[in-house]
Amino acid sequence: MKVLVPIKRVIDYNVKARVKPDNSDVDLSNVKMAINPFCEIAVEEAVRLKEAGTATEVIAVSIGDKACQEQLRTALALGADKAVHIETGAKLESLHIAKLLAKVVEQESPELVILGKQSIDSDNNQTGQMLAALTKRAQGTFASKVVVEGDKVQVTREVDGGLQTVSLSLPAVVTTDLRLNEPRYASLPNIMKAKRKPLDVIAADSLGVNLAPRIELVKVEEPAKRSGGVVVESVEELVNKLKTEAKVIS
Amino acid sequence: MSVLVIAEHENGVLKPETAKVVAAATKIASDITVLIAGHNIAEAANHSAQIAGVQKVVAVDDASFEHQLAENTSELVVELASDFSHILFSASTTGKNIAPRVAALLDKSQISEIIDVIDADTFKRPIYAGNAIATVKSLDSQKVITVRASAFDAVETQAACDIEDRSQSIASQVSEFVSIEQTESERPELTAAPVVISGGRGMQNGENFALLNGIADKLGAAIGASRAAVDAGFVPNDMQVGQTGKIVAPNLYIAVGISGAIQHLAGMKDSKVIVAINRDPEAPIFQVADYGLVADLFDALPELEQAL
Repeated sequence: MKVLVPIKRVIDYNVKARVKPDNSDVDLSNVKMAINPFCEIAVEEAVRLKEAGTATEVIAVSIGDKACQEQLRTALALGADKAVHIETGAKLESLHIAKLLAKVVEQESPELVILGKQSIDSDNNQTGQMLAALTKRAQGTFASKVVVEGDKVQVTREVDGGLQTVSLSLPAVVTTDLRLNEPRYASLPNIMKAKRKPLDVIAADSLGVNLAPRIELVKVEEPAKRSGGVVVESVEELVNKLKTEAKVIS
Repeated sequence: MSVLVIAEHENGVLKPETAKVVAAATKIASDITVLIAGHNIAEAANHSAQIAGVQKVVAVDDASFEHQLAENTSELVVELASDFSHILFSASTTGKNIAPRVAALLDKSQISEIIDVIDADTFKRPIYAGNAIATVKSLDSQKVITVRASAFDAVETQAACDIEDRSQSIASQVSEFVSIEQTESERPELTAAPVVISGGRGMQNGENFALLNGIADKLGAAIGASRAAVDAGFVPNDMQVGQTGKIVAPNLYIAVGISGAIQHLAGMKDSKVIVAINRDPEAPIFQVADYGLVADLFDALPELEQAL
């Protein structure tokens, strides 16, 4: 079975995003970028399916400017077989991404598409669900366990209050939660080998998707700062302050 | 303009998030309809009808909606959608699962986790783990939105409005519910609790989380955890507070043995009062804490329990 893994280039998760002084957006110049952590988990799951003999081919795909080829090479070094770069300089919304991915799904017909549940930049948590809707496939979101059995996939989902298991008919779309697996590191020999793996570049404009914006970014601001707190000396003082000053306990 | 709010419920009990989503809806328009889909939901439908501002409740009680699977529930919402300019879901795991599917089926961009309504087209939402607040304007004719419940105060109750029972069955052809494993808890729900006490990696193991029980009992608090504590297997993952877990905004949040990584802060920094108990005076949590206590939690917790 063929597995498609969409990945996104985002700010490194350890970096604190800074808002531009003109409030037009977040400042990403000279900021360390990386594969979105949830996408890394998606790549790992696909590679594990291949190692288990369930998957035959793993295709990584990324949408964006040329720089995202760096993240595609990382996915190849982690074990993906080939990469597809959909090139565009446009700022895209989840719906646009899902429509472009639907075109790739049409071309490659993967039995399984594994995406991260959300990207840590826009924090939308939409693309996987939208792709499932557009390709009329079942969806297994926030997966912490994925078991492929014949023409079905059992997905254990992290939901409020516990874990829910659903059985989906293949082909299906799965989005990863943090506890699905622990992604591996790319070894140096694999990084070298990844340079020779195929990476196709497709112009986004050639796919016939209307990429006109539906959401306008009016402004981006710093969140309200919390006023500086105090350090108390003892538990007694703490309880006293919570009762008399903050009045949050009685 | 008219708003459709998708009710949040579990096992036939209406969840408090619904009244908070209605609060967001009232800032958009006064014509508000609640859709509740599930099985054996009569009581939850009645409760929905008593939320102030709700004009009408549409109740779809059918076994096919028992588990609110995204595949069939999204079809139901799309069928009703044409009468509404705004469709609002709670940004819970259920809402996040279904809303984008609805948006794509309607060919609309979705706006996630709004924390404020500026006008009927313009909303505020946090991005980059809450390190920036974006103001976004929807250019779509119809808006599909998820609402961060912790950012809105629940509205009052009213004399019940009309409930329209709609009989409909949509079985999903491609997905099937298998099982649910619910985490047992007698404490208030994390996202709704007025007080939350959370433990992190500093708790050292799962047994030590029992140290939080006595304090939680005395304060009527829910117990949460950082991702480090969940990943280390100390506690189940539905206790996780943070960017990828639950977003809480209680009156009082007590962080014990939590360093305060940005991903954790994203889940709790809108709490009214934050208390940090940590051995490391340099821990980033102290930068957001209103009251910080630099102490070994194994000494401080029993003392705190006694002092309350």
